Amino acid sequence: MAEHIETAQPGLAHAAPPMPRLAGWRGFFSDWASDQRAFKNVSWMKAMMWIFLLSDTFIFSCFLLSYMTVRISTTVPWPNPSEVFSLHIGGQNVPLILIAIMTFILISSSGTMAMAVNYGYRRDRTKTALLMIATALFGATFVGMQAFEWTKLIMEGVRPWGNPWGAAQFGSSFFMITGFHGTHVTFGVIFLFIIARKVLRGDFDHERRGFFTSRRGNYEIVEVMGLYWHFVDLVWVFIFAFFYLW
Amino acid sequence: MSQATMAHGSAAPTAAVQRDTHQQHPIKLYLVVWGWLFVLSTASYLVDYFHLEGYLRWSLILLFMILKAGLIVAVFMHMAWERLTLIYAILAPPILVLVFVGIMAFESEYTLFTRIFTGAGS
Repeated sequence: MAEHIETAQPGLAHAAPPMPRLAGWRGFFSDWASDQRAFKNVSWMKAMMWIFLLSDTFIFSCFLLSYMTVRISTTVPWPNPSEVFSLHIGGQNVPLILIAIMTFILISSSGTMAMAVNYGYRRDRTKTALLMIATALFGATFVGMQAFEWTKLIMEGVRPWGNPWGAAQFGSSFFMITGFHGTHVTFGVIFLFIIARKVLRGDFDHERRGFFTSRRGNYEIVEVMGLYWHFVDLVWVFIFAFFYLW
Repeated sequence: MSQATMAHGSAAPTAAVQRDTHQQHPIKLYLVVWGWLFVLSTASYLVDYFHLEGYLRWSLILLFMILKAGLIVAVFMHMAWERLTLIYAILAPPILVLVFVGIMAFESEYTLFTRIFTGAGS
């Protein structure tokens, strides 16, 4: 017992030689069975972002589940999203075209973000920052198009408590789900600009301390930012499939 | 998984700055995935455009959705190169949501049944 306390002094844990890491299922069980940290080669900020994203997954799952529940249980026909979200282009009604363009824009932003992470680890300041700004601009375009979509639907009489085409639950599901997703995109855009500025200023090369945490940052923050951004894209994949296409 | 990790380790160009939490892959990989996401999104849009209906429509929507989600999580979010411990900690809990889906589908069918037979609500 006394020996145990002595070896548990702070600092000693870091000095101990690293244990060999097992792969596959043996690694899975030995990682979880250890009494210190389960995520061996993942930094705290990456692990915490993943855990946050897991909790966010449950939030969006609940929204999509409530949407499923009200859509199944209503006796009134559900409005046809293909027609509701169509646009008049060149005298023709093109179904769902705005949503398709928004999907492509969000996917493109994920592409630029993935490359920004890559250039971040190569310590290429300019390319990382430019790709992050491109990502943010794609995101801002997405939010702008969503604002256009909301305006159009509100002008046509869609409200959370009713709409001209069918089940009243359509409006409440639409505003709740797309509103929450749009909020996520908006916050992503804000943080992309903040971190792009830090990258451009060289904060992660000179290990400048953050104004809020007073900690020295490093380029891994670009990857963690990327995880959040890809998650926003991921949620849209599910919203696109279940709300717009179903 | 271990093979993928080793392949990734040996392919890393800058061993000096390489720590094991860093994800370093060729840019081409991201461009290929980006291209596939475009193709899959176009495909799911075409499902609506050509007015496919019924089980064909739903199965195609789900297929394209799962493929897209898989590509984003595996490559863009680097899950394919993480250890099993993180993969299962993050990806296993959402599977339980499917149980919730089952419960709520059952419940809403019952609600629909009562609404039809009592003529109440909408």
